[in-house]
Amino acid sequence: MSTTTSVRPDAQRPAAAQPLLDVKDLVVRYGRGRKAAAAPAAVDRVNFSIAPGETVGLVGESGSGKSTIGKAILGLQKVSGGTITYEGKDITSAGVSQRRALGSELRAVFQDPNSSLNPRNTVGSSLAEPLRLRGVGAADARQRAEDMLERVGLPRDAVDRYPSQFSGGQRQRISVARALICDPKLVVCDEAVSALDLSTQAQVLNLLADLRDERGLGYLFIAHDIAVVQFLAQRVVVLYRGQVMESGPAAAVTENPRHPFTQALVAASPVPRPAEQAARREARESLGVRTGAAAVPAPGGCPFRLRCPLATDLCATERPALRTVGGSAVACHYA
Amino acid sequence: MIPNVAPAPADSAEPTAAAVLPKALRQSAVKKFSGSKLFASPASVAGVIWLAVLVAASLTAPLWLPYKTEDQDFTAVLSGPTAAHWLGTDELGRDILSRIFASAAGTLGTSMITVMVAVGLGTTLAMLAAAAGDRVETVISRVTEVMMSLPGTVIILAVIGAVGTNIPLIMAILGVLISAGMYRVMLGQAKSLQSQLYVDAAKVDGVSTLGISLRHVLPGLANTIVVQSALIFAVGMLIQAGLAFIGFGPPIPEPSWGGMIQGASQNVYNAPWLMVPTGAVLALTVLSANAIGNALGKAPNATASHLPSAAARRRRAKAVAAIAAAAPAPNDSAKNTLSVCNLSVGVDSDGAGHGVRLVTDVSFDVEPGTVLGLVGESGCGKTMTALSLLGLLPSGVSVTGGQILWNGRNLAAATDKDMEGVRGREVALISQEPMRALDPMFTVGYQLTAAIRRLRGMGRAEAKAEALGLLEKVGIVDAARILKTYPHQISGGMAQRVAIALALSGRPRLLVADEPTTALDVTVQAEILSLLRGLVKDTGMSVVMVTHDLGVVADLCDQVAVMYAGEVVENGRTDSILDNPRHPYTLALLAADPHANHAADMPERLATISGQVPQPKDWPSTCRFAARCQFAGSACMVPVPLLPSGTGDGLVRCVKADELAVEGLDWVATDVPSHHVLNLVEAGTAPAGPAKAPAGLERRTVEKDHA
Repeated sequence: MSTTTSVRPDAQRPAAAQPLLDVKDLVVRYGRGRKAAAAPAAVDRVNFSIAPGETVGLVGESGSGKSTIGKAILGLQKVSGGTITYEGKDITSAGVSQRRALGSELRAVFQDPNSSLNPRNTVGSSLAEPLRLRGVGAADARQRAEDMLERVGLPRDAVDRYPSQFSGGQRQRISVARALICDPKLVVCDEAVSALDLSTQAQVLNLLADLRDERGLGYLFIAHDIAVVQFLAQRVVVLYRGQVMESGPAAAVTENPRHPFTQALVAASPVPRPAEQAARREARESLGVRTGAAAVPAPGGCPFRLRCPLATDLCATERPALRTVGGSAVACHYA
Repeated sequence: MIPNVAPAPADSAEPTAAAVLPKALRQSAVKKFSGSKLFASPASVAGVIWLAVLVAASLTAPLWLPYKTEDQDFTAVLSGPTAAHWLGTDELGRDILSRIFASAAGTLGTSMITVMVAVGLGTTLAMLAAAAGDRVETVISRVTEVMMSLPGTVIILAVIGAVGTNIPLIMAILGVLISAGMYRVMLGQAKSLQSQLYVDAAKVDGVSTLGISLRHVLPGLANTIVVQSALIFAVGMLIQAGLAFIGFGPPIPEPSWGGMIQGASQNVYNAPWLMVPTGAVLALTVLSANAIGNALGKAPNATASHLPSAAARRRRAKAVAAIAAAAPAPNDSAKNTLSVCNLSVGVDSDGAGHGVRLVTDVSFDVEPGTVLGLVGESGCGKTMTALSLLGLLPSGVSVTGGQILWNGRNLAAATDKDMEGVRGREVALISQEPMRALDPMFTVGYQLTAAIRRLRGMGRAEAKAEALGLLEKVGIVDAARILKTYPHQISGGMAQRVAIALALSGRPRLLVADEPTTALDVTVQAEILSLLRGLVKDTGMSVVMVTHDLGVVADLCDQVAVMYAGEVVENGRTDSILDNPRHPYTLALLAADPHANHAADMPERLATISGQVPQPKDWPSTCRFAARCQFAGSACMVPVPLLPSGTGDGLVRCVKADELAVEGLDWVATDVPSHHVLNLVEAGTAPAGPAKAPAGLERRTVEKDHA
């Protein structure tokens, strides 16, 4: 799982012995008490790591736990089990002071550009907040905010304006600027482009790619759209109901998916070429994956078994372990 | 005795779904508390002036009052207004004017104590509960519930019994009792602010809980705090007067408003005038506080009613008549064919934006059993076009020209009553948010059977059987169970199926689908698209599909109309448009779509379109895309008609379409940063490695190095 077979030329860096981020056996449960303990976990023993400068994509349907994993890494969600290690330090349950120390290296870009900036603060004051918190002077912080705005393609005088004076795409650029203003090493992008129109989405994706190449950033890129992930990520982790179904190099997972769920996910993503899309549709229908509306499977076994065309009795009793198939790791007894 | 403080008008912590008006008309989201709001209404101006005069007069009272408060003039006991005593005298011959103004500062000041305690405590508790999580919130909420259930009067009287009439203390205790209500008002808002993503971002920064509350939550509560303060101020004043009235005011010779009213009430038969000055001053002061509170709490757009004004309705009726008169009588078009000709939609409400056109000269035909895709970015008029087909344009927006021909009728000129006969029965809608189509208060079965009975005139049992059949038709396996569920008990994909069943209940011949799969997972989207395809095939109905996803267009649509800035820039058969786009905007959309590429040939950069879709008021009369177009030249600075494109049956609105087709130009990624261009050049000059140099500006493909 740590091998990166396909890397963009300029994103390739000397392989570091220590991963930037390492998530081990992560478990997150919502709620408290006996009832919550009996319910399936929102995130169920998830493992993955991100090397410095690497982009890992986290894909899955809504409710697959992908955003929850991002929140757990950022300290916004309590973790029920497992560990999250950042540069060798355990940050699973970091307190406010450790978070503050971490806050300049580990940052986030969220989905909704309308709510990720405080509408009552000027853009400059939102950008300066993380710097001021770390003791940067007001004039210096303003200078850096202006520089960063210029870098993301906005005018310098945007510092004195309010978020409502910008379009959705521009606001998302401001969010990116805010995430990158204190030179982080890892940015968690939680559906960072899914609220944007095509052309704006492309602008922000390009910006994220440029900044990564410029600064050697690592990204955890969380998205439901596998094509978007494929553009940016070197490795992809596919989640279903809180469990990893498949993970591996982006090209392998998206072009040659092994797990029945990944196959369904890839086949369902429509392409804007009518003839090819018709073929894909037929391929998807021939997969025989059942609709997701079926009842929630009981805990234990494979979470996908009720929809899976390959499922047998074994799938109901034994949770498939991740095993290497081709270039990827796949959690399926029959892949 | 302690009135509940009315909840403030819902202030918008998050922008409310402002889909009601086109984006051009949306007001700035920054609703800052400002003086302009205070001085916008005459009542609050009067209120501010009255309170200012009262306070100033009271504080300077020793300098100008004609009498001391306890001076007795036995020559004029219980007199009406005279030259010596402007507002008359009381039963001891004391001057009313002097007593009212001398006691004003004290009354107002002690009422402020209530305000500060109630608002301070309530806000602090609300912010604490919102920040600290469920357990703390539960404890605080229980405590405040107990406080709200306590009889306030009894507690205050008990305090008076224990410590005497210590007015500041009593007013502070009153503040504590009111703070429970304040907490209730503030909690919801504080929680909604606390869940904003910018709060998450601040947490990631390492801002402490206190810092987040002060920096991100408190400013958001400011508006409510100000409004509530004004209201509590009035309440405090009334209660203070009430206490003085029943004898728990300041010690006897000292004047107080409540005490004076009490004195007046004892002489109400022999000297009725006595009641007037004090009563009027108290009433005016309370009214002033309320007027100020109302003015500050008014939402910025509260003046624009959701219902069209009578003038707007008349104007619309006139426009409809004009359209009907101008249009030639609908010719006998083919049955169940939708034919939209030169449709224009514009703003007709009063105020800003009046006359702005949101859709201009849109024409398309939809044959029975076919699917038309309306595609484009947000702000291009797709949804407005679709809603006009159903006569469901938001208030303030209406059809200003053109025709919508459907089965021999012009829907653009139809009255609301005519449209009621068409909507649901002939033309139905499914929207992006299925939960919006379903009422959370009723079961799926009830809503479906109600619609079937209304639209098809069936009996109860018959309608129920039909509902079951409809659910099975939209691919719901356990239809009988779903009929009994409430909308919140089913998943988004299931809800969209139910919404489609609801739309089908009147057996429509045309389905308008406004981004029906945008909110769904791709796997569910694929199922819904298959369902729609099957329905079109089985029932022969036609669909107008609004979407921004070119993949959805490729999957479902027979015809497509690409919209940009309120007009159709290209239309025709889906395969010819997506495989051979002629308009630069279509080219650009396809180039920007990551779905258009395979993983193996994913470009280094996606193509982008510089700038953004212009606001409707800024649409030029020349080519609207020219400002963002890579191929634009001086030839584009003229109005561009929609002309047949060289191949196929499509139309394209571009003067350079033929030129572009001949030269085979591609839309390229333009915002290449300087360092990136350098990298490309270096990669190109390096002899080893499979990376090629970009071949000119036109066809740049950068192969990736799979090292």
